Amino acid sequence: MELMKDTSHINPLENEAIYIIREVAAQFEKPVLLFSGGKDSITLVRLAQKAFYPAKIPFPLMHIDTGHNFPETIEFRDRLVKELGLELIVRNVQDSIDQGKVKEETGRYSSRNALQTTTLLDAIEEFKFDACIGGARRDEEKARAKERIFSVRDDFGQWDEKNQRPELFDMLNGQIDLGQNVRVFPISNWTELDVWSYIEKENIEIPSIYFAHKRKVFLRDGMIWSHSDYVYQEDHEEVLEELVRFRTVGDMSCTAAVFSEAADISSVVQEIRESTISERGARIDDKRSEAAMEKRKQQGYF
Amino acid sequence: MEVLKIATAGSVDDGKSTLIGRLLYDTKSLTTDKLEAIEKTSKQKGYDYLDFSLATDGLVAEREQGITIDVAHIYFSTPKKSYIIADTPGHVEYTRNMVTGASTSQAAIILIDARKGVIEQTNRHFFINNLLRIKNVIVAINKMDLVDYSEETYNAIKADFETLMEKRDYQDQNITFIPVSALKGDNVVHKGENFSWYDGKTLLEHLEQLDKKDVFNVGTPRFPVQYVIRPKTDEFHDFRGFAGKVYGGELSVGDEVVALPSQTKSKIKDIYFYDKKFETASRRSSVTITLEDEINVSRGDMLVKVGDMPKIDKQFTATISWMDAKNMNAGGKYIIQHGVNKVLAKVDSIHHKINPDYSGIEEVDSLKINDIAKVSFKLNKPIFFDAFKDHRTNGSFILIDTQSNNTVGAGFIN
Repeated sequence: MELMKDTSHINPLENEAIYIIREVAAQFEKPVLLFSGGKDSITLVRLAQKAFYPAKIPFPLMHIDTGHNFPETIEFRDRLVKELGLELIVRNVQDSIDQGKVKEETGRYSSRNALQTTTLLDAIEEFKFDACIGGARRDEEKARAKERIFSVRDDFGQWDEKNQRPELFDMLNGQIDLGQNVRVFPISNWTELDVWSYIEKENIEIPSIYFAHKRKVFLRDGMIWSHSDYVYQEDHEEVLEELVRFRTVGDMSCTAAVFSEAADISSVVQEIRESTISERGARIDDKRSEAAMEKRKQQGYF
Repeated sequence: MEVLKIATAGSVDDGKSTLIGRLLYDTKSLTTDKLEAIEKTSKQKGYDYLDFSLATDGLVAEREQGITIDVAHIYFSTPKKSYIIADTPGHVEYTRNMVTGASTSQAAIILIDARKGVIEQTNRHFFINNLLRIKNVIVAINKMDLVDYSEETYNAIKADFETLMEKRDYQDQNITFIPVSALKGDNVVHKGENFSWYDGKTLLEHLEQLDKKDVFNVGTPRFPVQYVIRPKTDEFHDFRGFAGKVYGGELSVGDEVVALPSQTKSKIKDIYFYDKKFETASRRSSVTITLEDEINVSRGDMLVKVGDMPKIDKQFTATISWMDAKNMNAGGKYIIQHGVNKVLAKVDSIHHKINPDYSGIEEVDSLKINDIAKVSFKLNKPIFFDAFKDHRTNGSFILIDTQSNNTVGAGFIN
């Protein structure tokens, strides 16, 4: 193996994230990495690989599947897990619906996005997870800007935003009571551009929907919605075939596409660099109200 | 990419949010949808100008009360650097938030309203930045447009602040004065046309030229072991790697090291970052180190260079910033988290409270939330530490309540 000179070129954000992921493995008994198949959680997987090399990642991945995901994401997820030899747990929102724990939304803006919370909290209880690593970033949304790196949730999975632990220096306090759990956000301090630049630099594979492709879509409220069985569409909303890509990937009912010709990673990075719209501008779930994210987080959302 | 973390503190009225908004706006970091949201809400509330605090005050309670309650993190970048602003409220009841924001920052901005000059809050803000040994402090004298861009006013405030500087403990702190008008955008990102008498840098120009090596306080290398990596695979059968972050200096292959607390000596065999080997682990890199000898090292232990030992002791005195609603009393027991190491500690004695407005010290029996004080501790086992003035990482710790598990204070070892 070639001996390289020094590590000073390594991105400080990457060093920070690796430090955080190692703290999780050291401080908790049953951690899990929440994996959505989106670019942020894919980045987390790479960071976790780096944190423990040459050992394997010492915790499983878990996907809370709304059943309304893009098929490309699910196909990608299964391939990644197989290639890296990781353990994947999948829990389905459909099961929570069938068990009568949550009720499917109906109508024009119906989505399964908010229903994920119940399925997630049940899974945390089922496996007794004490730490859930997630790919949320502070630059995404203003309630997330207030989030800690180690964010303590009570027995009900709730976020008490006014009573958070101070976090000083690099020190992460993971002490909790039985029944509580911690949400951990290793890429808190990354921006969208940081993530994309990292994906480019590291040559990380991501699902094809992040790149420009032809897709059947329709327009509503100035946003580009996917034409799909999972997405409510009115008769007068005309189906178009357009060249689009996704900037953020949630479930099909809450993620809008953007017109784009960026077909490879360097054009995507370039596009993000020049963009005047924020990433969550294409998240239909955030448009519900000014405090939409804060409310969902209080209830146990990511 | 270089990352610079900056702490700002101030009240609603001194224009802190406007300054941050101006930085975002003039570096084109505010996206159209965010800007539109700010415009819409400002208009709904009947404001005549754009209220940039709407971009930073993320909680419903903050927007309702028009105040910043908690530390918010704001991100922007230039082609040269990525910036992270830890925006903290500046009132006396938020001292703990200021300490928290300052603890992760390499630079700080102190805002002064040119109409008011140096006020009590300025003292406190400066005291905390100095206590936390933030290397670069920028004193932005704001609202210069409201004092007709007067050089005299600027000079008078500067002179007042310089009097304050004589009282500081950490004398090597770099302090830069910049007259600005955040509202008009003068000297924030672009030069102000109204400052014919000022030929210094704008705020952003100053931040841009801060060199990486000038922003950190350099100490000596300390390597607290976070995690022991044992792959137990055929390829890496005997591999035992010590994962951690290097603080204070560099460590290189071949360096003779001592493992603490066992005091066993060995040599660094390999330094890994992921699947590549390196000659030197630079400061603040998260590496994995293997040693020439099979010695017993576990989480919480520390590798240091031979001849460069930290202090190893079961007691010390520290400056404490108390952060919990429940008071700290002499005799109280807490968990001390020093880096990644945890020990049980007892408050031996509370010497005195230090008033962060430079008005002196006070005898007290217990500490209330937001108090800063000198306190002695006894530990159930020794830790390996440096004085905070010599080592920002290895000289600091947090206090954890044994019942609530909350982080209740921060300490800086004397």
